Amino acid sequence: MFRLDREAIALRVAKEFRDGDVVNLGIGIPTLAANYIPEGRTVWFHTENGAVGFGGSPPEGEEDIHMTNAGGGFVTALPGMSIFDTIEAFTIVRGGYLDITVLGAMQVSEKGDLANWLRPGRLIGGIGGAMDIVAGAKRVIAAMEHTDKKGTPKIVRECTSPLTAVGCVDMIITDMAVIEVDKEGLMLVEHAPSLSVEDIKSVTDAPLRVSGELREMEL
Amino acid sequence: MTLAKLRGRARSDKVFVTFAEAVADVQDGATVIIGHFGGPGGMPMLLLRALRDHGARDLTIVGNTAGIGVVFGAKRDALRIDPGVLVENRQVSRAIVSYPIAPGAPQPNPLEEGFKAGDIKIEMNPQGILAERIRAGGAGIAAFWSPVGVGTIVSEDKETRTIEGKEYILEHAIKGDFSLIRAHKADKAGNLIYRGNMRHFNVSAATASRVTVAEVDEIVETGELDPDKIVTPGIYVNRIVCRPKQFRGK
Repeated sequence: MFRLDREAIALRVAKEFRDGDVVNLGIGIPTLAANYIPEGRTVWFHTENGAVGFGGSPPEGEEDIHMTNAGGGFVTALPGMSIFDTIEAFTIVRGGYLDITVLGAMQVSEKGDLANWLRPGRLIGGIGGAMDIVAGAKRVIAAMEHTDKKGTPKIVRECTSPLTAVGCVDMIITDMAVIEVDKEGLMLVEHAPSLSVEDIKSVTDAPLRVSGELREMEL
Repeated sequence: MTLAKLRGRARSDKVFVTFAEAVADVQDGATVIIGHFGGPGGMPMLLLRALRDHGARDLTIVGNTAGIGVVFGAKRDALRIDPGVLVENRQVSRAIVSYPIAPGAPQPNPLEEGFKAGDIKIEMNPQGILAERIRAGGAGIAAFWSPVGVGTIVSEDKETRTIEGKEYILEHAIKGDFSLIRAHKADKAGNLIYRGNMRHFNVSAATASRVTVAEVDEIVETGELDPDKIVTPGIYVNRIVCRPKQFRGK
C-alpha cells in the first residue's frame, strides 16, 4: 500500500504553521518540518533548553556546544532570537504563548489521548518536555507513521502504553492521512495520494468518520 | 585540602583552585542538584568527575537526566561527562529526573540494571515541572498546583484539586544539599553570566541548595562584570572553580 515518506509527512505538517506562530517541534519527523516552512511566513521555533527564534544547523566547524536545541542538534542565531533558562521556556509553554507543538507518538486514542514517552519492552522512558508542552500548547499535532514497523495500528480506541496526556491531540498527520480529533472522536479529512478510505480504515483501530469535504493531501 | 581547612574558609573566599576541594564535603546520602540539560552544553563536567572521584555514596541526584547513555550535541574534541558517571560508579540510590536515559542508550546499562535490582529509585517528572520544583525550593514556596500530567503516572499518589473547573496536581518543592552548576564567567563575589543557551537548569539550580558550586571558564575581579548582564546573583553562589585552559568553552 502507498505510504508517504518522513519528509512528505513533515512537508504536510509545515502547512499548518501560520505567519508569526511560536512552534515547538519534537524529535524525529516533527523536527524535519522546520525545513518546509511555507514561503513568506515567519515561524518562531521554541526549545525547552531555553531559546525562541533559532535557525538551522551551522556549517561544519562552526558548531557551538552552547547553542543547541533540546534534542542536542546544533542551531544558529537568527535575528530576533532570545535566550533564557528552562523556567522561562516553560512559562512560555504553560502560559499559553506556544501556538503549535508537533510531536511524535507511539499511540493516539480516539479521544486524543497521547502515549509517546515509554517504548514497549523498556523499563525506563523519558518524559522530557512533552507533558508540559501538550498541557500548554494551543494546538497539538501528532506526526507519525500510521502503523508501527510490524504493521500494528497506532491510532487506537484506548492507548495501552503509558499516557503523556489525556485528550490533548487536535490533529494527527500520518504517512496515509490527516485526521482531526473533536468531541465525537476521529474525523478523516485528507488521504494520501492513491489511498482509499477503506485502505486507511483497515489500519486504523478506532472508529473513523469521513468528512464531507474529504480531499487528497496537499503536498 | 582537608575538610577542617574547608570549614575554616572565610565565607567571602569563594574561589577554589581544584574541583576536588570544591566537592570535598559532599557527604554520603546527600541530595545533589545537577544543573544540566542533556548534552555537553552547560554541563558541570569537571565537578561531576570530581564527585565521582570523591566517591560519596547513597546520593539523591536531581536534574533533567541521570546520564542519558548516548552522547549527543558533542563536538569531536568535547569532554563527554554527564551524571551517568555517578550512576556507573554506584553512587546513586535515587534519581529525581525527567529524561533519565535516551531510547538509544546501550543495553544493558547501569541505570536500568540498578533500577531492576532495586538499588536505584527513579522519580519521573515533567521537565518544566521539575525545573519549577527546583525554583520553588530556592524561592521559599513549599508546593504548587500543576496542570501537567493529570491522568498520567506523574499524578499517581499526589493530591489533586479542581480550580476554576480545571484539575491540578500538588507538586512539592525540591531542596538540595549541593547544587553543581555550569556558567561561563564569574567574578570573585560569585556573580555569574552565561553564554549561548547554557542557562537551562543552571539558573534555578543555583538557588535551591545549601551550597552552590559553579564551574566556569573564567574568573574576573569583583566589579568587572556589568551588573546589568549578571544572570545569577553571587549571593546564591558559595564556590567557584575555573576550568583549566584546555577545557574552557568545551
